[in-house]
Amino acid sequence: MPLDWILMLVLAWLLIGSAGVLALRRLTLVARLLFPAGGLVGLLLLVAAALALREAPASAVLPLGLPSLPFHFRLDSLAAFFLMVIGAASTGISFFAAGYFRRGEGTPPGLLCLEYHVFLASMVLVVLADDAYAFMVMWETMALSSFFLVIANHRLPEIRRAGYLYLLMAHIGAIGILLCFGVLQANTGDYTFANMRAQHLSPFWASLAFLLALFGFGAKAGIVPLHVWLPEAHPAAPSPVSALMSGIMLKTAIYGLLRVTFDLLHTPLWWWGVLLLGLGLLSALYGVVFAAVQVDMKRLLAYSSIENIGLLVAGIGLAALFAAYGMHPMAALALTAVLYHSVSHAFFKSLLFVATGSVLHATRERSLGKLGGLIRFMPWVAWMTLIGALTSAGLPPLGGFVPEWLLLQSFLFTPGLPNAFLNMLVPVAAALIALVAALAGYTMVKFFGVIFLGQPREEKLSQAHDAGFWERLGMLWLVSGCVALGLFPVPVITLLDAVTRPLVGAGLGAAVSGSQWLLIPVSLERASYGPALFLLGVAVSLALAFALVRAFYHGRLRRAPPWDCGYPWQNPRMQDTAEGFGQPIREIFSPFFRIERSLPTPFDAQPHYRVSVGDHFWHWLYLPVARLVERLARLIGLLQRGRIAIYLLYSFVTLIAVLMVVKR
Amino acid sequence: MSAFITQFINLLAAILLMLAFAMLSQRRILSLIYLYTLQGATLVAATAIVGFVTHQPHLYFSAAITLVLKVLLIPMLLHRVIDRLNVRWDVETLINIPTTMLMGIVLVMFSFYLAQPISQMSATIARGTLGIALACVLLSFMMMITRSKAVPQVIGFLSMENGLFFAATAATYGMPMVVELGIALDVLVGILILGVFMFHIREQFDSLDIRHLEKLKED
Repeated sequence: MPLDWILMLVLAWLLIGSAGVLALRRLTLVARLLFPAGGLVGLLLLVAAALALREAPASAVLPLGLPSLPFHFRLDSLAAFFLMVIGAASTGISFFAAGYFRRGEGTPPGLLCLEYHVFLASMVLVVLADDAYAFMVMWETMALSSFFLVIANHRLPEIRRAGYLYLLMAHIGAIGILLCFGVLQANTGDYTFANMRAQHLSPFWASLAFLLALFGFGAKAGIVPLHVWLPEAHPAAPSPVSALMSGIMLKTAIYGLLRVTFDLLHTPLWWWGVLLLGLGLLSALYGVVFAAVQVDMKRLLAYSSIENIGLLVAGIGLAALFAAYGMHPMAALALTAVLYHSVSHAFFKSLLFVATGSVLHATRERSLGKLGGLIRFMPWVAWMTLIGALTSAGLPPLGGFVPEWLLLQSFLFTPGLPNAFLNMLVPVAAALIALVAALAGYTMVKFFGVIFLGQPREEKLSQAHDAGFWERLGMLWLVSGCVALGLFPVPVITLLDAVTRPLVGAGLGAAVSGSQWLLIPVSLERASYGPALFLLGVAVSLALAFALVRAFYHGRLRRAPPWDCGYPWQNPRMQDTAEGFGQPIREIFSPFFRIERSLPTPFDAQPHYRVSVGDHFWHWLYLPVARLVERLARLIGLLQRGRIAIYLLYSFVTLIAVLMVVKR
Repeated sequence: MSAFITQFINLLAAILLMLAFAMLSQRRILSLIYLYTLQGATLVAATAIVGFVTHQPHLYFSAAITLVLKVLLIPMLLHRVIDRLNVRWDVETLINIPTTMLMGIVLVMFSFYLAQPISQMSATIARGTLGIALACVLLSFMMMITRSKAVPQVIGFLSMENGLFFAATAATYGMPMVVELGIALDVLVGILILGVFMFHIREQFDSLDIRHLEKLKED
C-alpha cells in the first residue's frame, strides 16, 4: 500500500509542477502556494516511507514508456530509507524555496517550479525503479531537470559553462551505469532487477559490473577524480537547488552504489572494499583540504560535499570489506554509519546551502572576503547556520557526530580481519578519517567565523536583512532534523536495522535498543555514547563555570572590545580574511594544489595580490582528455572538404572496398 | 537459336560498355545527352530481347517504361535544361581524359573479376553480361567523380541507374515490378529536383561549376 501512496505523491509533485507552468510569471502564486504545497508532499512522503520501512517489499508495474517494456517499481527497506531522506530534506528545502525565488532571475518562477518538482519526482522514482529501463529514464530525467535548474540564471556565460560541465559528467557517468546493467543482466535480455538478482556472475564479470557502477555513480556522487563538476555547478545553481543537489541528489548515487554492490551483486569481493575505502579516503581528504582554502562560500560547501561523499564511500568500502569476509555484524555497523551519515548530511548540507542563499539575497555577495559581522543583522540565519556548521564539523551532541563516531568504531574493529596486510593499513585509514574530521571542523570555523563574526567588511552589509518567514520555517525544519538526529540516535539506528538486515544479514537494532539513553553499538566495555547525558554535561558545566566566575570573580559586567591587543584603532580590514585563515592549510598541503600567485613589488602604485588555487586533476587529467577529443574531432573534420567530387570519391572507394570484402 | 540470341545480347552489352567509355571520354554536354539516349535505346533492345527469349512478359513492360523514360522523357528534359542554362559546350574535367580511360579499364577488369562467381551461380541467358553491367555502374560513378560541372554529374548519375537496370535484367530477369516502377519514379523525380538545383546553383554563383560549393563548408 505505501508504494501506491508514494506513487500518488510523485503524481502530486508533477501536478504542482504543471500548475507552475500555468502560472508562469505569477511569482506570488508560485511561491506562496505551490512551493509550500510541494513541501507538504515531501512531509507526506517522509511519513509514507517511514511506514514502508519495516514492511515486506512491495512492487508495482506501470504500463508507461514503451509498449511491452513497462516500468517496474519496487519499494524495499533500502528504497524506503532513501525516500525518507528525500522527503525529510525536501520538505525543509521546499519551504525555504517558497521564500527564496525572486523576480527577474533568469528562468520564470513557474518554469523553475516545474523543473524543481520534476527533479524531486525523478529522484523518488530513481530510488523506486526496479528495472534498468525505468532506472535509466529516471536517472536521465534527474540529470536533465537539475541541469535546467543549475542554469536558471543562464544569461551569465560562466553559469552556462558550469551547466555544460555538469551535464557532460552526468552523461559520461550514465554510460557507465548503462554498461553496468548490461553486464548485470548476463546475456538473458531481461533487464529487471529481479532477474539481475537471480544471476550469479563469475568474479571477473561481477568485478567489471562493480567497476562500471563505481565509475557511473562516482561521477554523480563526485568521487575524486570525477568531482570536478561539483565546485562549478553548486555555486552556479540557486541555493535551494544546490541544497537539493548536494543534500539529496548525491545520495541517489550512494543509493545506486549500495543497490548494485550489496543487492544486485550479492556478496562483494574484498578488493572492492579496499578500492572503495581508498577512493573514499582520497575524496574525503581532497575535498576537505580544498574546502579549507576556498574563498567563495558555495564552492567551500561544494568541496565539503566531496569530503562527506568521501566519508560515505569509505564507509561503504569498509562495509564491503567486512561483508566479503563474512563479518556481518561489523558490516552492519559500517553500513549503519553510512546510512546515518547520509541522512545527517542531507540535513546539515541542505541547511548550510540554504543559509548561503539567505546571505546571498541579503548582501548580493558570495565571496567570503566581502562578508563579515552578519550575526548582528541576520541573527536567525546566523544561529541556525551555527547549528548546521557544528553538525557539519561533527561535534556532539548534534547529528554529525553519531555517524563519524560509528565509522571510527567500525574502523577499530578491523584488526579482526583475516588479512594481515589490511590489518596494517586500516589504522592509517582511521587516522585519515580523524584528520578529515578535524579539518572539517577547521573549515566550518572559517565558514561561520568569516561570514557571521567580526566586523562587516563592506559598508552595505549593515543594510542586510534577516530571512523571511518561509525561509526561517525551512531552516528551522532542517535545524530540528540536525538536532533530533544528534539527540536520539537509538530510535534512528533501530529503524536502520530493517535496512541493513537484507543487505548484509545483520543489524544493530538488537544491540542498541537495550538502553534508550546510551548508544552502545557493540558492548558497554568497548564504547558507549549518551547524547542526552553529553548535552546535560555541557549545559551543567557551562552554567557552573558561569556561576563560579560570577561568584569568585568580582561579578561586575564590563564591556570592552575583545582581542584588541592594545591597539586602539580597529577597522574591518585588520580582521583575518578567508585567504589568511586558509593560508596554513595551503602551505601544509601545498602538493595538493596548483597555486598561481602574483605578489606586488614594493614599488607598485596600485598593489594587487592575486592567488588562484587550481586542481591538479583538472590540469593533468581533464585538460589532456579534452585536448585529445578536440584533436580527434579536428581529424574527423578533415573529411569535410566541401567538394562533391571528393564526397563521391568516398562513396566510390567505400563501394569498391565493400565489393572486395564481399568477394573474399 | 539460343546461342545466337546469347551472342546478340552480348553484342548489346558490349555496345553499352562502349557507350559508357564514350561518355567517360566525352567533353561536350550535348554529345553526352545523345550518348545517354543511345544507352537507353540499347537497354530497351536488350530488355525486350531477354523478355522475348525467356517469355517473361513483364520485361516488355519494363522495356516500355525504359523507352518512355530514358529514351524520350529524360533526354528531352535534359535538352531543355541545357538550353535554358545555355551550357551546351561545357568542356572541363578534373582529371584528363586519357588517365580516366586507363582507370576505366582497370575498373572493367575489376568488375569482371567480381562478377565471375555470381555469373557461375546464375542460370540466366544473359549471365555473361553481369560483369559488363557492373563495369557500366562503376564507370558512370567515376564519370560523376571526374566532372566538375553539375550537368555531366547528373548524366553520370542517370547512366549509373542504367547500368544497375541492366545488371538486374542480366542476373535475375529484372527486378519485381513494384521495385522497377519505384526506381523509375525515383529517377524522374530525381532529375526534376536536380534540375531545380542546377538553376539555383547558377543563380547563386553565376556558374554551374560545383567547385563554388566549397565555399559552403564550415571552418
